[in-house]
Amino acid sequence: MYGALWRRLPGPWPVKVLLSLVLFVLVVAVCFLWLFPAIAPYMPFNGNSVRSGLPFLTPVTPPTSAI
Amino acid sequence: MKALRWGVRSLGEVFITVGLLLFLFIAWQLWWTDVTANREQTVTIHALEKGFGPAGLPERGNPDPVATLTKVPFGEAFAIMRIPRFGADYARPVLQGTDPDTLTKGIAHYPGTAFPGQIGNFAVAGHRTTYGKPFSDIELLKKGDIIVVETKASYVVYAVDRYVIVTPDQVEVIAPVPQDPGARPTQAWLTMTACHPRYSASQRYVVFAKLVKKIPRASGLPASFMAVPAQTVG
Repeated sequence: MYGALWRRLPGPWPVKVLLSLVLFVLVVAVCFLWLFPAIAPYMPFNGNSVRSGLPFLTPVTPPTSAI
Repeated sequence: MKALRWGVRSLGEVFITVGLLLFLFIAWQLWWTDVTANREQTVTIHALEKGFGPAGLPERGNPDPVATLTKVPFGEAFAIMRIPRFGADYARPVLQGTDPDTLTKGIAHYPGTAFPGQIGNFAVAGHRTTYGKPFSDIELLKKGDIIVVETKASYVVYAVDRYVIVTPDQVEVIAPVPQDPGARPTQAWLTMTACHPRYSASQRYVVFAKLVKKIPRASGLPASFMAVPAQTVG
């Protein structure tokens, strides 16, 4: 996977290193800006309200005092 | 043999990639969300302060502050919470609604519960970790600690009464009389809920505070309320 990527990058090795770094930063940016914010609400450690919006924390029958 | 070697190497690369992604996710969750949320919440605080206008000046218009507050749209910031125990400059916006998105923007007000200073229970939720972690130090709050909720009309001063640790389904903590659903409220309460234990969501750390005083914005907030309490062990 990474070997094939390395072979496909053009230019001499310093250019390849630079291009790899750019690709890595791009991947991190996509994760930080879109992927992680999208999946975070489904993580089991993100609840802090009672009757949390997380599906697996919501009681089966919502108590009437919940508003 | 060659195919096996290729398969093992590819599997190893997949594992390394997954490990790196998980590490990145933790870095994002525990560090980056604080960076962005703190920045965003500071902007909200400045906007609120500007909208509230300077303290100590007579109010312009706005005859019924509670009636104005009850019309706060979902997701909008309407108050600033100051907790001297968390530091002299501690100020966090309070927004309407407790959905996950609102919770990333500050302290979230449970819709339908009382508004600041009203008889009943002004109930709010906040993150214990991540997204600026407004209630990170909630376990440090002690009986008598002051919590100031600043709105356009007034400074609403509460004093901590007690805390409980409950499961997430125990919604009676945000009842008009905390932990006594169905009872008719005669006092103004403030309830704060946060995750417990830290980095988990299996329980809720809940702090109850009672109204001490409601001070019109025109009078200004006495400095004594903002005094940072001494650190006590225990």
